Formats: sequence, structure tokens, C-alpha cells
Amino acid sequence: MITLTVNGKEHQFNDDGDMPLLWALRDILKYTGTKYGCGKGLCGACTVHVDGQPVRSCITPVSAISSQNITTIEGLSEQGEHVVQQAWQTLNVPQCGYCQSGQIMSAVALLERKAKPNDKDIELAMSGNICRCGTYQRIKQAIHLAADLATEVKGS
Amino acid sequence: MNQIENVSRRGFLKKLGISSTALVLGVQLPSMLTIPKALAGVVGTDKFIPNVYVQIGLDNIVSIVVHRSEMGQGIRTSIPMIVADELGADWQKIAVVQGLGDKKYGSQNTDGSRSVRRFYQPLREAGASARMMLQQAAANQWQVDVSETSAINNTIVHEKTGRELSFGSLVAAASELTLPEQSTLILKAKKDFNFIGKSDVALVDGKKIATGKTTYGFDVELPNMQYAVIARPPVLGAKVKSFNADAAKAIAGVLAVVQLPDLEEPAVFKPLGGVAVIAKNTWAAIKGREALAMQWHESEHQSYNSDEYKKALATSCDNPAKILRSKGNVNKALSEAKQVLKASYYVPELIHVPMEPPAAAAHFHDGLFDIWACTQTPQSAQSSVAQSTGVAAENVNINVTLLGGGFGRKSKPDFIVEAAILSKQLNVPIKVMWTREDEIQNGYYHAVSYQKLAAGLDQQGHVNAWQHHVAEPPIGSTFSKGADLIGSEADLGLIDMPFDIANVSCAAGKAPAHTRIGWMRSVTNINHAFAIGSFVDEIADAKGLDSKDNLLALLGPDRKIDFSLENAKYGNYGETLDKFPVDTARMKAAIEKVSKMAKWGRKLPKGHGLGISMHRSFVSYVACIVEVSENSDGKIKVEDVWLAVDCGLAVNPERIRSQMEGAAIFALSYTFYSELTAKNGVIEQNNFDSYQIARFADAPTTHVEIIDSDAPPGGVGEPGVPPIAPAICNAIFNATGKRYRELPLKQYGIV
Repeated sequence: MITLTVNGKEHQFNDDGDMPLLWALRDILKYTGTKYGCGKGLCGACTVHVDGQPVRSCITPVSAISSQNITTIEGLSEQGEHVVQQAWQTLNVPQCGYCQSGQIMSAVALLERKAKPNDKDIELAMSGNICRCGTYQRIKQAIHLAADLATEVKGS
Repeated sequence: MNQIENVSRRGFLKKLGISSTALVLGVQLPSMLTIPKALAGVVGTDKFIPNVYVQIGLDNIVSIVVHRSEMGQGIRTSIPMIVADELGADWQKIAVVQGLGDKKYGSQNTDGSRSVRRFYQPLREAGASARMMLQQAAANQWQVDVSETSAINNTIVHEKTGRELSFGSLVAAASELTLPEQSTLILKAKKDFNFIGKSDVALVDGKKIATGKTTYGFDVELPNMQYAVIARPPVLGAKVKSFNADAAKAIAGVLAVVQLPDLEEPAVFKPLGGVAVIAKNTWAAIKGREALAMQWHESEHQSYNSDEYKKALATSCDNPAKILRSKGNVNKALSEAKQVLKASYYVPELIHVPMEPPAAAAHFHDGLFDIWACTQTPQSAQSSVAQSTGVAAENVNINVTLLGGGFGRKSKPDFIVEAAILSKQLNVPIKVMWTREDEIQNGYYHAVSYQKLAAGLDQQGHVNAWQHHVAEPPIGSTFSKGADLIGSEADLGLIDMPFDIANVSCAAGKAPAHTRIGWMRSVTNINHAFAIGSFVDEIADAKGLDSKDNLLALLGPDRKIDFSLENAKYGNYGETLDKFPVDTARMKAAIEKVSKMAKWGRKLPKGHGLGISMHRSFVSYVACIVEVSENSDGKIKVEDVWLAVDCGLAVNPERIRSQMEGAAIFALSYTFYSELTAKNGVIEQNNFDSYQIARFADAPTTHVEIIDSDAPPGGVGEPGVPPIAPAICNAIFNATGKRYRELPLKQYGIV
């Protein structure tokens, strides 16, 4: 029995400990906001936070998560009010939207590490997240916008 | 789709697209059979349903049916914009409802850049007829002439007296009225549009996407649902020889192992065959599949090896089996030319890699199917399931989820048939998921192509001969086994070469297919535009002309081209040439526009180069300029892309821009990185490490301008793609002096 704390809520996981966190979240615990894209840690669609760090859940076995806090896209905010989610909506970033949970989780982790990233910081932090629709340009704009929004929020 | 039925008056509610089941996923769903009854009791009293696209409730909510699939092009925003504008609806009081697969909507086949092109008029008429009935109902109540009323923000207004009635309050009265004749419909003038042509409409699904609350095909959860992955033949047509079902069943969580029928070609949309592993969760299914120890029989297609195939295609170009366009006498003109330029171009086999691989959930019960799938084509999903299972098509309910990308892959419903077969056999809801490896190794591929071009220059340096030979396995082979000659692919940028040249010949050589050949975003325009767009730049260089000046000169005088006068059967994307002409004036205007945007001719930093290209596809015109830079290591970066788009009237400019931004990345992927190769019939790539696509650092800044036009709306999703690759290669030539004729460019070590 493994206890998984997802978005502040505890779940008892009683299945194969080798199961990647991705499938535990999606199939067992029904957090379907986290997406499958490659199963090999190559595309970033499955990105979640484990104790605040971005992690590829498709290659992270459940057994590796001991008493750590998992945050998924659903846990980022109640109503999409996180600055990154706001910036994403303001700039109409998504096209199909499928990779965007992972993009947003990577972007949030970046901004928590570096409040005012430059273009190079963004490229590095986001290089593991693929978007086939090609929204990279707007993602970059949205991260800058989110950084500005966060500053305004803090300043006000 | 020119006739609009008043479905409420006819009590036509069977499998009505607007129903709670279309909106709600992941909860216990009522049987589809119960829905018509439930709704039948309320017809005409609390809903006004003037046509299949619009429904207005007493609560003053306007439900608008989106009958086309959303895969990132923004159609779930654009269709409501069209309907709401004509209706006079309040955007805040709109509910967007995804239509079930049903032929009452007309075609739902969401590919070919057709959604707005084909439905702009019918959707406007749907909105206008609803609005006119509401106006009439209000005018009757007020005892005034209907011409004195107008619709604004879900309200009918009597301007003279200031009286107002909400749409909701007119539901009962409007439902009793007769539908206006199509000829009497009054459509809005362009200057009166509130939504059409405006850039400030937020994405309908934007908030749900940002909060992870959307439902894609992969996300569907049904009560008691089981999860399936399938071991499919590594070589097309290979039949199952043996497998170890016991080993798979020994994996904890595996519930069943089912052998699917072997594929008999043609493949069409049938499952590929193989063995399905059904489990309590995806992970157990994947582990179970690994334990199967599959053995396969030999297949005739294991002769497919990419290196040899490429050579065969090149040879086939020299022996064309069919002349597709013929004007003047090319052979004579070439033999008499002062200078003959020749070049060959190669684009490898490609695959779609939508971020969401195919997935479908099927529930067979009570003799019918309820299916949820990320499909571009719910109606052919219905017929394909019917064909494979013997269940009548009208008993196959297809709910369309959001698509995590499509690009043409999800217009082939083979994966939906797999789920249907398994659910019917096991009598439980089954979700079939394709892994990334499955998607890359068992796809409907973009055809590999070899092209040989020749141009003859006369004494004055004018191009007076153009010869273009291609060899590429045809899409037709997927539908007719053994087909080895392209058909309508020739209409995609090959025979519609627009240059004003006296002697022209376009021809195709044979190319037998060894994989399923499908269509991928912009289809063979990818190959043809790359070759033609590169070759004209080679002509410019040979003539010592500026690339843009050469392009304009070759296009010649303003004219509308009729290729039938040159022995070519040109399909024009299913449209008439009257409505959607091949207009060189629009081509030149796009080139001039993009040149201004990019400041063509300006002095560039060292190691930088500009490249230009223009291509008409899906009846829209896109001109492109690319700026590249070469660094000290000889690596190329695409810095900026400028795109000037003439797609006729721009319905949703914001999404047109995003489609163009995305097209630049899509094309950059195959220009730089993507390539499939086959060895003994097996595709050698299997994930994003071996089949690469553009990542964040590759992304240029893309600048888009839409040319103002009152022409009918043309395609948007695909036309941005074709001109990018030749513009990149032309820019590289201008930056470095090196001409690259084979994709992807990573083979040259420059990216």
C-alpha cells in the first residue's frame, strides 16, 4: 500500500508499484488532466510537480514517490486563476490543447525557480515539452506575461 | 446542405445532437435509446429548434451545434461566431454543443481545410433563419411590421418604441412559425458583423484547457471500462503466427487476450489485425502486450527497404506512366533550349504524430454502440464500425471528443473499429489506446516522393519549357490493393503549377505502396511545393535574378488559369473555378505583401539569408519569407517567418494567425528533422527520439498578416504549410550558397 498525496488529497494506491505515476493518476485516481504523449520522458505532456519539481510522470514509478506532494494541472488553482493559467487564456495559447497541461506545469516550475526568466531561460526550461500544433511562440509570450502578472500581484 | 429543416415541427429528434449525453463524459450515461423519448415530451414547449445547428431554450441560452471536429484549428470557436453573428446572439449566453456523428449535419469529415469554406453559408443561413423567426414572433406579439425589429444580444428589439423581448420568451411562439424560404433569408452586411472578422473572441475551450478539465479521446472513462492495447503486425499484412496468451494473462491486472481478424488488403479503415490485451488499467495492458512474444508470418511488404525504394522512385520518374498536364511540346522546347536546368528533390515518408495518439472507447449494449473517440470523421466511423461488426450504422452512436491534434491521422477510423469489435466480443466498455510506438509504426503515412524537374531557357533567358516528373506511392493503394499511380494527389500543387510557361509537362511514374498511405496536413502539396518552390529559386540563380523578381516574372500577367485548357483534370479542392479561381493577381499581391512585411531586399547581417516562396492550396494563397542565420559551427537557425495570407473573407482572424504560426512549426519539423525509413517492411523509428519534430529552441518568430478580402472564405488549416520548406531552403542558399534538395536537412549536419 502506497499513499499518494495528489493536490493535497491523500489516496491509497494498492496496485503495481512499478506502474508509472502517469497511469496511476489517470486510470486509478482519475486525474485525466495529465496526458500521455510518449511514455519515454521525451515529450513532457505528462509533466506534474513532485514537491514542486517538474517530473515526467510517464517514467516515474509510483514506488519512487514516498510521502511527497504531487501537484497536477487540476491542483494548480481552483478556477484557473494561477497567473500562468491566466496568461495562457489571455493570449489564446492553445491550439488542440493536449500538451498544454504539461507546458503549463513546466512553465509554473520555471517561474517558481526564476521570477523573471529571459528567452534563453524559457527555451531551456521548456525544451522537454513538445507541441505538435506549434504554439511555442505564444508559450514564450505567455510566460513573460505571467511573470509580469505575478509581479503586479505581489506589488499590489 | 442548402435546405434547413425545422426539426422541432417535424418531431425529428432521433439521436438529436443536442442532448446531455453529448456534453457529459465520465459519468453514467443514459442509453441513447432513452433520449428521444425524454426529449419528445418537451418538443415545442421549452425549446425552439429551427434547424440542426441551433436550439434556444426558455432560459434564453442559445445552444449552437459544432458538427465539425476540434483539433486545434479553433472550429469550436469559429462556428459559433458565424451562427451567433447572424442570430444576434449574446456571446455570454451561448452553449457550444458538440454534434454527434449524423448525416443530418452534412459532411462532418473534418479535413481538407473545409469547415468554414463549406459551411460558412449554411451556418449563416441557419443563424439568419432562426433570427428571422424570432423577429416574426416578436412582431406578431407587438402587432408591428417585422422590418421594424432587430436582434441584438439575445433580444428582439422594436426600435421605434424601445420594446424588447428576450429570445427565451419567444421560444414557444417562434416554434409555431413556418421556416422562411431560403431565398427570403436576409443576411447581415459585412459592416454589421459583431463576431465574424473580429480578433477579440476568446477560445471557447481556453479555460478548460488551462485547468485540465477537457476530455480528449484518451480521457474518456466509462463505468466498468477496461483498457486495451493491441500488438499489431510490424509489416503491413503480416498475419499472426503465434503468441503466448498465458504469459500475458499472468501479468497482474490483465483480464483478456483477444486475437483480432487478420487484415485483408486493401486496408481501407479496417483494423490491422493482431492481438489485443485487455486489462484493468493501461499499464497492465502494456505489460501484458510485452509478454505476448508475438510471432508473425511473412508478408509481401517485407521487401520494402527505404534506400532501394528511393532508387526505384528515381528510376520511375524517368519512365512516367501517365501524363497529367501537357501544354505545347516540352521535349522539343527542351531540346532547343539554350540552357537546360535539371534538379531532383526528395521528401521521405512522414507521419502525423499528433500529441494525442489515436484512442477510442466503445460500449456495445442492447444491440447498439455508444462510442467516444477523437475522430475527424464520425460518419465514416459509423459506417466503418457497421461494416466490421454487422450493427446497422444508425445504431452506432459516435460522440466526438476533443482531438489532441489530428493532422489527417484521425480521419481514418481504424482505431474506433478496434474498440467496437472488442466491446462487442467482450460485452464490456473498452477503451483502445495507441501508444506512441503504435502511432509511428502502424500509421497511414505521408507518401515518400522523388521528383525530377527540368526547365529550358531560350536565347533571351526566358523559361519556355517546364517538365515535372514525380513518383510517390498513392493514397489510392489504401483503398485499392496494388494501386501504384497517384490520382488526385496531382491536383495538390503539381498540375496546378501557375507559372506562365509556353511548354509544360507534368507526369507521374509508378510507385507501389508497402505501407498504408494516408493524407497528412496539406498532403502532397508538401512534396510538390518543396520541389517547385526550390526549383524556381534555382532558375532565379541561373538567370542572375532576384528571387522575388523572378517569381513575379514567372507568374506573368494577371489572369485566372483554367488548367483544362492544358489537358489537365484539375479538381480545385472540390470547388468551381468560378467561385474559387486560380488567380495570379492574388498570388502576386500576396508576394508583394509579404515582401513589405519582411522588408525584402534589405541589407542583412553576415551569415543571414532571406528566402521566398508562394503557394496556393485549398483555394487560399500564402506567400512566405524566411530569414535564416548560419552560426560559426555551420548550424542553421530559422530566425523569422513572415506569412501573407489571402484566404478570402477572414472569419476568425485570431485563429487564422495561430494556424499560420503552427504551420510554420509543422513545416519546420519535416524540413529539419522528420524522416521515416523502412527496413524489411518495418518502420525503423518509434518515438520522439528517433522521429524528431521541432522543439522550443527551433521556433522562429512568425509574423502573419491577413489580406483583406471579400472573396468567399478559403482553407486555413493547411495552406500555411507548403511554402515554408522551400522558403527555408531558398534562405539557406542565399545565406550560404548551398542548395539542399533532400529533406530532412539534419542529414547534412546543419541543424
